[in-house]
Amino acid sequence: MSKLTPVLSAHWDEPDSFTLAGYQRHGGYNAMKKALDMDADAVIALVKDSGLRGRGGAGFPTGNKWGFIPQGDNKDHYLVVNADESEPGTCKDTPLLMANPHVLVEGVIIASYAIRAKHAFIYIRGEVTHVTRRLLQAIEDAYKAGFLGKNILGKGFDLELTLHIGAGAYICGEETALLDSLEGFRGQPRLRPPFPAIAGLYARPTVVNNVESIASVPAIIEKGAEWFTSLGTEKSKGFTLYSLSGHVNNPGQFEAPLGITLRELLELSGGVRSGHRLKFWTPGGSSTPIFTDAHLDTPLDYESVSAAGSMLGTKALQIFDETTCVLRAVLRWTEFYKHESCGKCTPCREGTWWLVQILRDLENGKGTEADLAKLLDICDNLLGRSFCALGDGAASPIMSSIKYFRGEYIAHLTNGGCPFDPVAATLFASSKAGA
Amino acid sequence: MTAVQPQTDLITLTIDGFEVTVPKGTLVIRAAEQLGIQIPRFCDHPLLSPVGACRQCLVDIEINGRAFPKPQASCTIPVENGMVVKTQLTSEVAHKAQEGVMEFLLVNHPLDCPVCDKGGECPLQNQAMTSGRGESRFEGKKRTFEKPINISSQVLLDRERCILCARCTRFSKEIAGDPFIDMGERGALQQVAIYEKDPFDSYFSGNTVQICPVGALTGSAYRFRSRPFDLVSTPSVCEHCASGCSLRTDVRRNKTLRRLAGNDPEVNEEWNCDKGRWAFQYTMVKDRIATPLIRENGVLREASWPEAIAVAANGLQGKKAGVLVGGRATVEDSYAYAKFARATLGTNDIDFRSRPHSDEERDFLAAHVVGSKVRYSDIDTADHVVLVGFEPEEESPIVFLRIRKQVRKRALSVTAISPWQTRGFKKLQAKYIGVAPGAEGNALAQLSLTNQSVIVVGERLCESAGGLSAVAELARKSGAKIAWVPRRAGERGALEAGAIGNLLPGGRPISDAAARVDVAAAWSIESDSIPTSAGSDSKAIFAAAARGEIKALVIGGVDPFDMHAPDFAGLESAFVLSLELRPSAITERADVVLPVAAVTEKSGSFMSWEGRTRSFEQAVPETPHQSDLYILSLIAEALGKPLGFSTVRGAAKEFGTLANWDGARASFTSHPVANAAQGVTLASWRQLLDNGSLQVNEPNLAGTARKAVARINAQLAAKLGVANGDLVTISTDHGALSLNVELSDLVDDVVWLPRNAVASQSLRMLGVLNGAQVNIRKGL
Ligand SMILES: Cc1cc2nc3c(=O)[nH]c(=O)nc-3n(C[C@H](O)[C@H](O)[C@H](O)COP(=O)(O)O)c2cc1C
Ligand code: SF4
Ligand code: SF4
Ligand code: SF4
Ligand code: FES
Repeated sequence: MSKLTPVLSAHWDEPDSFTLAGYQRHGGYNAMKKALDMDADAVIALVKDSGLRGRGGAGFPTGNKWGFIPQGDNKDHYLVVNADESEPGTCKDTPLLMANPHVLVEGVIIASYAIRAKHAFIYIRGEVTHVTRRLLQAIEDAYKAGFLGKNILGKGFDLELTLHIGAGAYICGEETALLDSLEGFRGQPRLRPPFPAIAGLYARPTVVNNVESIASVPAIIEKGAEWFTSLGTEKSKGFTLYSLSGHVNNPGQFEAPLGITLRELLELSGGVRSGHRLKFWTPGGSSTPIFTDAHLDTPLDYESVSAAGSMLGTKALQIFDETTCVLRAVLRWTEFYKHESCGKCTPCREGTWWLVQILRDLENGKGTEADLAKLLDICDNLLGRSFCALGDGAASPIMSSIKYFRGEYIAHLTNGGCPFDPVAATLFASSKAGA
Repeated sequence: MTAVQPQTDLITLTIDGFEVTVPKGTLVIRAAEQLGIQIPRFCDHPLLSPVGACRQCLVDIEINGRAFPKPQASCTIPVENGMVVKTQLTSEVAHKAQEGVMEFLLVNHPLDCPVCDKGGECPLQNQAMTSGRGESRFEGKKRTFEKPINISSQVLLDRERCILCARCTRFSKEIAGDPFIDMGERGALQQVAIYEKDPFDSYFSGNTVQICPVGALTGSAYRFRSRPFDLVSTPSVCEHCASGCSLRTDVRRNKTLRRLAGNDPEVNEEWNCDKGRWAFQYTMVKDRIATPLIRENGVLREASWPEAIAVAANGLQGKKAGVLVGGRATVEDSYAYAKFARATLGTNDIDFRSRPHSDEERDFLAAHVVGSKVRYSDIDTADHVVLVGFEPEEESPIVFLRIRKQVRKRALSVTAISPWQTRGFKKLQAKYIGVAPGAEGNALAQLSLTNQSVIVVGERLCESAGGLSAVAELARKSGAKIAWVPRRAGERGALEAGAIGNLLPGGRPISDAAARVDVAAAWSIESDSIPTSAGSDSKAIFAAAARGEIKALVIGGVDPFDMHAPDFAGLESAFVLSLELRPSAITERADVVLPVAAVTEKSGSFMSWEGRTRSFEQAVPETPHQSDLYILSLIAEALGKPLGFSTVRGAAKEFGTLANWDGARASFTSHPVANAAQGVTLASWRQLLDNGSLQVNEPNLAGTARKAVARINAQLAAKLGVANGDLVTISTDHGALSLNVELSDLVDDVVWLPRNAVASQSLRMLGVLNGAQVNIRKGL
């Protein structure tokens, strides 16, 4: 009866899942062989038909993105895989690469072939050294096996794959900042147009895709667009990784068709921390407006989540039970955005600096109810006014938390400080309770 | 006279209910300007590429009924047909967005306006008033930084005031090509930064101070000196070089406090160089000559004007005289000297070239330069620019910026013929043809150009015999245009005004009888009173004075050490009348010294290298000083041969009637390229910032001058057994100088020296020109 559809995560429990042998034991690299026998445009068409949407947050149709690359332009094309994964709560690419790096390598080969790129890059978050090692090994093994390099499988297709290790900036996950960083500059978002598809890396046509997007491609090639579209909802096709973290009994990755609900996912993950109940959660990482227990049955696909006032984002479901102070959680996120704001544009740079100070005051019981109006107004001046989406992300948790938990903000003021016991929300508190 | 405008597509859109039609590619913020709608902005600058960083210019946009979901930065969005734009004037959303951004900008701004140089002319102050909320709601803590840090000796950075608009960094990278400032850190701690050990090394750094929309960047010299509303501004023209920049001179109580780049789209756009901006103390130094001086018993004593004029007239009366004008005179002053020589003194012995010169050059100027109308816009449309005898960044910075603009914009191809591949050439991505000084002519002969090409010739090419002839030949063959770029601001004007021995005003050849009749008629003098043969040049005038053939010299603003091995004997024997600002090698020997007005103290005009006239008014309201032309008119009067004018306006008007000549130009006979000297030869030119007399008393500016070093390549270094930093001595029969070596990309067996650095005045110390053989040895 399980609603899980493990594809990417099918073999993660095998001890050698991350090796070439482990990957090939289950048909790994067969999709590559199949794709290299296809016409490149047919590969793009197949991915388009599958309805695969980008898993990096925005949900942009992957096949369409590939189709934007001008062909026959006598220019080098590049594929860049975004493995910077730094958003609070988002934790899917890292375990995926840890357990199965070859699926990404295979996806890279197919995608590069489709867009006629001879050089691909993976930009990986600098802090995840252990994952970097596995990915490096996988790339090396793929080269040795003749899947990368010159004349792959004798099909006349050449591909170099470079792994670039970032220096630890959330903004370098934003695709144009990533490109600047990859070129050796300070990572700050670029003005668009030109879009990466026209002038991306080194001003050449470039596709930037999330790890999971690219890793989903081999299965689509293998099993066909119809298989993929048979899963998911009308406009959100296929399966995806849902990352549950926080106050759940069995946190982790749950691969399921798009459109599954949190209620179902909680069943699969052993439910909210025992003895507690759901208070609020993020559907797609800290940048997406929070939900409450009123949204337990919202289908987790792009359209439904957005209709309910949030975004599916990276499908990073952070679960918070009633022991959590929402203001405290929001302040921590805001501190993150302040720290990670790249500084390029005024609303985000100055807004996050200001918001943190107000939230800190509120947490300490300083301020009046008028400060909530001010907070919302500052967020209104930030949301949709900044240069890139980082600024929008900074406003979302504040606005949504005040929407659902205004009373709790005010309680801080009447209480002269936070009414919660922060220890109650911790893991060691729950292990004590559970004992 | 501009080329036919290419047909541009036009776009019609609606802004705040008004239709406006603008060329395709226009940004919304500028289309709004066409309607007089001012959208607030900070990072936007019409000459820099858009960044959209400050977000101050947000507006609502709809295209064919489809609205953008959120307000857009109007400085980044090009217009489209059917676009409907609502600015703060008609959209509540845009209005609130702008107020919000303004409030954000002030969150971390110190608001120390009362002690800020920018206060009173600050875009942040002004737009906070027009587009901000009445009161800030920010009650928290501002981020603080150490108050100003020097990013060079002349630019200070106050990071607290910086609004991170990236205008300064974009200017440095895009326009100047000196990417030595950039953003560092992130979030609210983001800041403009220099590399740890490298200061902001740019000749154009002052522009960043000018375009900084707040008081974050200030100039060391002007800091805390005045408030903008106490200044009286006068549009002016730079006197430092032939680029011809429009400037603005700001004066308070008779003192020049600062100069800014003026906006002249055809010439300097909105930029200028640091010399033009920051070298003006010379007009206010203590040793300015204040009163007329006459020599009595070997020493100069103060005299009244009537006495001095009488003595001067007496000294000149009936003597064969020569006139040296220097290259810094205004057009009107040069014209007065030119007329004074002919109509009052009856001689053609006049020359404005108080620097190395040659007969070949004089012929070249008469045949190929005077009257020519090659312009900056010819660089804009050129298919190829050749630089010869010319390092534009050092010798005419706006020419450099203009070429660089085209290199960036459309990969204009540039060829540099030079013994040294300089940083400036690299910034122009020039194809470098390395030749020993003297061999430029041979390299020119190898080029093939078209009639869309421009050959930019520096004045020092005259030191290479045959070089200018090769330019003339290349232009004849290809139809390429010749742009002759002298260094000094007055040279082109002096040439047109006839302050040279072979030309009368308007480029009329002295040898042309019709030309002489023309001029004599305009001057109401006998036509045979103008001597028919060309006069002597500067060097020959000195030599003739030394031989006793010339018995009187009229010298205005000349430093004899700008020429090599000048013959001072004539200065001792002849009667010398000097018109000067400050004591000099000439005043030391003069019989009568008459103080003259500096450019800020008079009106007049300069001609850029293009021959474009730009006039300026007197910037300093009260001055005891008079222009050269007024003083010359007094002497002419006393000599009974009046000039016929005594005001700048009068001189300009009269010159205007003579400025154009449609008769034949002088002909030009080619000179052969000289054989190369043996051994190690000298290459030397002036750097923008050096020991120049107009740069006195500017310690901050001097702090950014490039280090004086002797440049040789690795081959010569190996021969001499020297390494980077070692001392070498360069010597000739005339003298010697010692400098540290910097290995550079030079041709073999050439040593390059700064021509006028404190420790390296190659003309004065070595007494030789480019291409001369010199001795070079390790050590002292
Ligand atoms: C501040 C910020 C951080 C981002 N970080 C990531 C990231 O770590 N990984 C990622 O795949 N996409 C990230 N994105 C989204 C990328 O800009 C881009 O949309 C994505 O890589 C496209 O891949 P996809 O089409 O496969 O989803 C980020 C966006 C923003 C604004
Ligand atoms: S919103 Fe602005 S300051 Fe924030 S990360 Fe994006 S570009 Fe940088
Ligand atoms: S120093 Fe001035 S010009 Fe430079 S970024 Fe700051 S505010 Fe802008
Ligand atoms: S470029 Fe020449 S004219 Fe312009 S400011 Fe500098 S010195 Fe003056
Ligand atoms: S002026 Fe448009 S974003 Fe700064």
